[in-house]
Amino acid sequence: MTGHALPLRSRLAAKGLDGVTLMAVPAAIFLIALFIYPFGYGLWLSFKPKDGGWFLANYVKFFSDPFLYDTIYTTLALAFPVTIVNLLFAVPVAFRVRLMKHQRLLTTILVLPITLGTVLVAEGMLNYFGPQGWFIRTLVSTGLFSPGQIKLVNNYWGVFISLVITGFPFTFLLTLSYVSGIDPALEQAAATLGARSAARFRHIFLPLLMPGLAITFCLSFVQAYSVLPSAVLLGAPAGPTRVISIAAYQAAFEQYDRPMASAIAMIMGFVQFAVVVAALSLRNLFYRGPAAGAKG
Amino acid sequence: MATHSTFKSLRLDGVGRDFGTMNALKDLSLEIKRGEFIALLGPSGCGKSTALNCIAGLLPTTRGSIFLDDRRIDTLPTEDRGFGMVFQSYALFPHMTVRANIGFGLKMQGVPKTEAEPRIDRAIKTVRLESQAHKLPGQLSGGQQQRVAIARAIAVDPPLVLMDEPLSNLDAKLRLEMRQEIRRIHQSLGCITIYVTHDQDEALSLADRIVVLRDGMIRQVGTPEDLYARPAHLDVAEFMGFRNRITGRVLSRDGTSVQLSVGGTTMDGVLQETAPGDTAVAAIRPDDMVPVASDAHGIDATVEAIEYRGRDFFGQARSSTGDELFFRSETRVVPGETLRLGAEPARVLVYAGE
Repeated sequence: MTGHALPLRSRLAAKGLDGVTLMAVPAAIFLIALFIYPFGYGLWLSFKPKDGGWFLANYVKFFSDPFLYDTIYTTLALAFPVTIVNLLFAVPVAFRVRLMKHQRLLTTILVLPITLGTVLVAEGMLNYFGPQGWFIRTLVSTGLFSPGQIKLVNNYWGVFISLVITGFPFTFLLTLSYVSGIDPALEQAAATLGARSAARFRHIFLPLLMPGLAITFCLSFVQAYSVLPSAVLLGAPAGPTRVISIAAYQAAFEQYDRPMASAIAMIMGFVQFAVVVAALSLRNLFYRGPAAGAKG
Repeated sequence: MATHSTFKSLRLDGVGRDFGTMNALKDLSLEIKRGEFIALLGPSGCGKSTALNCIAGLLPTTRGSIFLDDRRIDTLPTEDRGFGMVFQSYALFPHMTVRANIGFGLKMQGVPKTEAEPRIDRAIKTVRLESQAHKLPGQLSGGQQQRVAIARAIAVDPPLVLMDEPLSNLDAKLRLEMRQEIRRIHQSLGCITIYVTHDQDEALSLADRIVVLRDGMIRQVGTPEDLYARPAHLDVAEFMGFRNRITGRVLSRDGTSVQLSVGGTTMDGVLQETAPGDTAVAAIRPDDMVPVASDAHGIDATVEAIEYRGRDFFGQARSSTGDELFFRSETRVVPGETLRLGAEPARVLVYAGE
């Protein structure tokens, strides 16, 4: 008369399954159809080399050809510095914006590049930073540089600048939300205890921000790592900015080797995954609870 | 450490603070002696927290100056003032253990470890948290967090401890306990404590002197006994628990004793201000307002609600003139009943009418 008298609904509810759970179903379907299945299919495909042979042949091919495996390093050499630079810009700006009255306005201006899209930014940069662009011409007119001495497009720096422009708003917004999540009373308390601003940053803000910055790093990194349009438009896609997504693109649409492209995509995913795992495990070294002064 | 070991007093000299065009704090002048416990009391928005933040240096003052003995301190940044502060939200550092929280001030002052450790131990002992020292603030109860906040503020041995409504987040029972604790800690330190609160019971029970603020101005400064018995203004009286306000016409006056005509009846009271004018307001505590004989001086009122609070009944009634009255009764009365409510003339404080 005790347990089994309960209706099915109550028993399910006790296990956390109720009407609200059903609301997750559409998202789950999308996730399976658009992410899990394609991923699984890609993984399976990558083990089926186009020309037959051993199931790891695609991977062996990738890691035995420097033209291919160097793309890992090329991509990391772009994505890492870009992410770090974005974070280094975003933290001080977020600290300042946090205290501002017209926060909305400034945030809107800073976030604007997100709405432009990478291609538009690339187009603008080609004109502005190009050999006949205003920027270079102004630099040359100062007499400090001769024409052709500095080049900011169609090379590493073109892609770098474009990734900073398009990545910064995202990094900044995330950082701002973490920074404003810290109770201002904590800083005041530290000040009353004799901590100067540098000490307050080091002992209070930084440890509380680290977990958030680790997440921000991961998301910004993944974004920068999968760069394709700006690497092609603003970089030197045959050489210094031949990023891994270009290799995948060429395999898929120039050599029509889908299995190889899948293998490259899997390797790309694995590298991202490894970096994210490393960042998140560093995060575990820090306090991760609420960043408010406990109760109140 | 202990730059303050010989300090004698804290002096506020015309301290004011504006927010845009709003004068949050108008002109605060006050001298506080070492060892005093001062409560800043007032309703929300009266400027008491602004005053505290100005003293702490968390808000710059717009005018006036603050001195610790002869040393001007309002020009110093917060971190150079060396005051202890207990925040309403406690503001404990969530990523540091209790011990690290308490030791933070000493660390910032560069006190060597060998000297800091015993001082941290002493602060932990003062607030009786020996068994919790290794925990993070999030693992503590509200009352324990409160103790950590106090210990952290006193560990640096400050000349001045500032407390901003520190008990408002605790439940009633804990509040009473912590009240005694705070008083005990204050006595053991011998520093100045400035305590901001909107609760007159807290102020009365803790403070040596109470500063009542309203609209950014001092309304009255006095000992708890002074304020309880002789509020200088009607609004202070109201704040000190004189819930009944009865407006009447002055009938006669003899020295400080006055007779008021209220509706059709008469009340006797003691004048608190020199010039009463034609109309005056009588302020009476609910405790002193009791049913009297129908031919005695008082006001006729109809009982609207009654509740039993242990020994006595407390009720709410409406007078024939429409005023809401709060009274005490030793016997049960019922809603709808008509009573004459009166009070001893010495307990009826009469202020000039508005």
